[in-house]
Amino acid sequence: MSELLEVRGLKIEAKKEDGTPIPIVKGVDFVVKAGQVVALIGESGSGKTTISLAALAYTRPGLEFCGGEVCLHGEDILTMPPLGQRNLRGNRVAYLAQSAAATFNPAITIGEQVTESAVLHGVLTQEEANIRAIELYGALELPDPELLGRRYPHQVSGGQLQRLMAAMALIGKPDLLVLDEPTTALDVTTQIEVLKAFKKVINEEGSAAIYVTHDLAVVAQVADHIVVLYSGEVQEQGSVEQIINNPQHPYTKRLMAAVKPKPTVDLASDAVDARHDREHDNVRVENMTAGYGGIIDGKPAITVLRDIDMSVENGHVVGVIGESGCGKSTLARVIAGLLAPAQGSISLDGKILPGNMLSRSRSELQKLQFVYQMADTALNPRQLIGDILGRPLQFYHGITGKENRRRVNELLELVELPIDFAERYQTELSGGQKQRVNLARALAAEPEVLLCDEVTSALDSIVSSNVIKLLSKLRDKTGVSFMFISHDLSTVASFADEIVVLYAGRVVEQGPVAKILAPPFHPYTRLLISSVPELRIGWLEETMGKREMAVGIARGVEITEVGCPFYNRCPMAIEGTCNLDTAPVHEPSSGHLIACHCSLEDIIAVEHETQQILKGFEGIGDKVDINPTGKAAVLTQEHF
Amino acid sequence: MTDNITSTGEEEEKTIYDELHDAPPKKKLKLTWVGKLGVTVVAFWVVMALIGPYIAPFHEADIIADDSYLPAFSTDSEGTYILGTDYLERDILSRIIWGARTTIGISFVATLLAYMMGVTLGIGAAVAGGWTDMILSRANDAILSLPSIMLGLLIVVALGTSIPILILTASLIYAASVFRIARALGQDIMVIDFVEAARVRGEGLWWVISREVLPNAAMPLATDFGLRLVFVVLFISSLSFLGLGIQPPAADWGSMVRQNLSGLGYGSYASVWPALAIASFTISINLIVDDISAKSGGSLAKKMI
Repeated sequence: MSELLEVRGLKIEAKKEDGTPIPIVKGVDFVVKAGQVVALIGESGSGKTTISLAALAYTRPGLEFCGGEVCLHGEDILTMPPLGQRNLRGNRVAYLAQSAAATFNPAITIGEQVTESAVLHGVLTQEEANIRAIELYGALELPDPELLGRRYPHQVSGGQLQRLMAAMALIGKPDLLVLDEPTTALDVTTQIEVLKAFKKVINEEGSAAIYVTHDLAVVAQVADHIVVLYSGEVQEQGSVEQIINNPQHPYTKRLMAAVKPKPTVDLASDAVDARHDREHDNVRVENMTAGYGGIIDGKPAITVLRDIDMSVENGHVVGVIGESGCGKSTLARVIAGLLAPAQGSISLDGKILPGNMLSRSRSELQKLQFVYQMADTALNPRQLIGDILGRPLQFYHGITGKENRRRVNELLELVELPIDFAERYQTELSGGQKQRVNLARALAAEPEVLLCDEVTSALDSIVSSNVIKLLSKLRDKTGVSFMFISHDLSTVASFADEIVVLYAGRVVEQGPVAKILAPPFHPYTRLLISSVPELRIGWLEETMGKREMAVGIARGVEITEVGCPFYNRCPMAIEGTCNLDTAPVHEPSSGHLIACHCSLEDIIAVEHETQQILKGFEGIGDKVDINPTGKAAVLTQEHF
Repeated sequence: MTDNITSTGEEEEKTIYDELHDAPPKKKLKLTWVGKLGVTVVAFWVVMALIGPYIAPFHEADIIADDSYLPAFSTDSEGTYILGTDYLERDILSRIIWGARTTIGISFVATLLAYMMGVTLGIGAAVAGGWTDMILSRANDAILSLPSIMLGLLIVVALGTSIPILILTASLIYAASVFRIARALGQDIMVIDFVEAARVRGEGLWWVISREVLPNAAMPLATDFGLRLVFVVLFISSLSFLGLGIQPPAADWGSMVRQNLSGLGYGSYASVWPALAIASFTISINLIVDDISAKSGGSLAKKMI
């Protein structure tokens, strides 16, 4: 195979105000062969996006190329005149940004935006481009290819938009596709559908790709060749088999270690007593319904949560998990008093709390502390870290002066930050450090319960695993209870004692971690568990063969007033029952609750069936990837 | 780098300091030469406002020269008129130096008052929301809907011409537009998580305004301050032109421009010098503000409010 793209000794620098150069990329070499998928992997700040943009002869403002060359078909594109570079971009090399929602113009139809680049570069006429777009929609398994082009971006789901961006990139049949973290912002169940579509379409179109990500498990599914980056330098590169199965460089090994394992249960250590004892509950939510808009007859204009029953026991960690939009953040906001519930009650230590935070007493507020997802916005950029941490001490406990400063230092030590950070501003810290300060502020109040809303989702894998480690330590040291909200099942599983699974505003399953992660499952929980990528080549094909994937993937969430919310995606749905009645709650073992119309026997029977299908997955894995040309099937066998 | 990774891999405790490598360095506020130029010019005019009357060659009201609209460096028996004379045969340089006190003093105090009123009410309206916001905003709309000169004339005529009345009138009129900006900024900041974090902590209105919202609105407001100061200078000179502003023979830059406009027809620069004074002062303020906001240090911006 010929070299499609050759990057040799690439150096990119930024300049400080006084003109001293800051090297961002320090001499990187790699090669992309025709039809090959090369993954660039590293933490944020490793230069992976900068390098991938160099394939389009582009640098972000403030950066400049300082050496080396990037050759496309043997021609150095960095020295090309600007017009030549313009013809190259979107035509021979196409770029897929991380956030499709931010890339699409909300005021122009999808079809027009998808076909624009091909028509603009004169590769296709508008009619040809429209036909090609419809072909691509089909190949990307998007619903209703004929009419999709007439819709507007807000009329399709996030996962569909991400795939539409792939169509936009592929429309002009580019030689090289640059994908910048295309699935990072997506839920696991959506990620798997997008990954599958990308893989299929890359195989069919035969275009080469550079895939930028920090997620090794995703890379293992799509890449042929992996380049591991750290601080603008290549640490290791090799075939996907070699990197995944036999990493050589210590940094690669560290990255591998930071990949969260598939949620599994260590039954010996997690023998949590599942008895629900009301006296030990810190926070109890009973029969709570909440939403946004005016409340009429106990029903909000837009209902987000329905009939929620859950509790956080003293010293326990309760993980709340679900897709984006399922209402998990709203649940935390209701408990914190930021949103008053329409029905039901929230009690703290057995005492019912007023719904609105303005009616709560200072000590009630102090006992429940909310930790925001984005530390960037949760910390005031104009206050010193010392003041941010010192304020709750002063406000709730009246600690001032030297004692206040001493306690601030203690808090900084508790979250493993240097003491002199007290004299810094938020903008002078890195993302992980800000999140630690964010936690320290909540701890300064000495709360009984910490409500953590997706505290690790904005962080890199290594940084976030450090934050989780810190959280476990804090829990041991302070004995505080946690409500830990995440869309990432493996993070929750590694840290929580109990899990609440939310789907479209209802609790579908809850119980101790060990019970949730072992059969019997609620059909949605099973979909969630099997969607978490594994660090194993061939996992994607294997999983897509499973029965619940075929039904559950690629269908949107529907929020329904009656019946089971999971009805339209459930492989076991019973028409006429599931869509009309609220699901009864089964209790297969003490403390483990499943809300499902199917009897426990049925759920267990399906479980056995799935296990059997799994055993014979080889045949099914091939079937999924078959396409008219048969090329993909051949490739699949070669690589996996 | 490689060694660093290996060692941290071995020592569990050290791993978190790995994250430090991309921590931005501690910022220091340093003005560029543009900012320094601005500071120099503003400082010069402030010094003039303070000691001007002691160093000016003549008194602002002295009608001493032999002729009106004398060119620069004309000399007669009384002395040398470095910038020439005006339409009433007075020394322009002396009048500019004397005028620094009235112009800078009145417009600065008026703008400051406008800011105190506008920012307090504007951010208060944004933080309080609901009916408070509604009433304050509609009252503000009513003031904004009146032409500023007409409103100014009305108040000055009704209450009489004096410097305190002039300052209060200008500050009231300009507080309305400051209110608009402050409220818009406040509303943007109110929805950021750290404000919610303060409210859920149980903080009162005053804390939220003074510690959470105001410091973050300070930079854009300070930028606007320079611009607003220019408007106030022009507003006061318009009133002076109509005979309701600063009363003759007291000098102020705005009225000097207006009064000497007719001199342009005789090739006199008499109206250009005070115009340059206004320009140098207002542009310099904007230079300083721009330079600070370009690398928003935080600490200085806080002091500016």
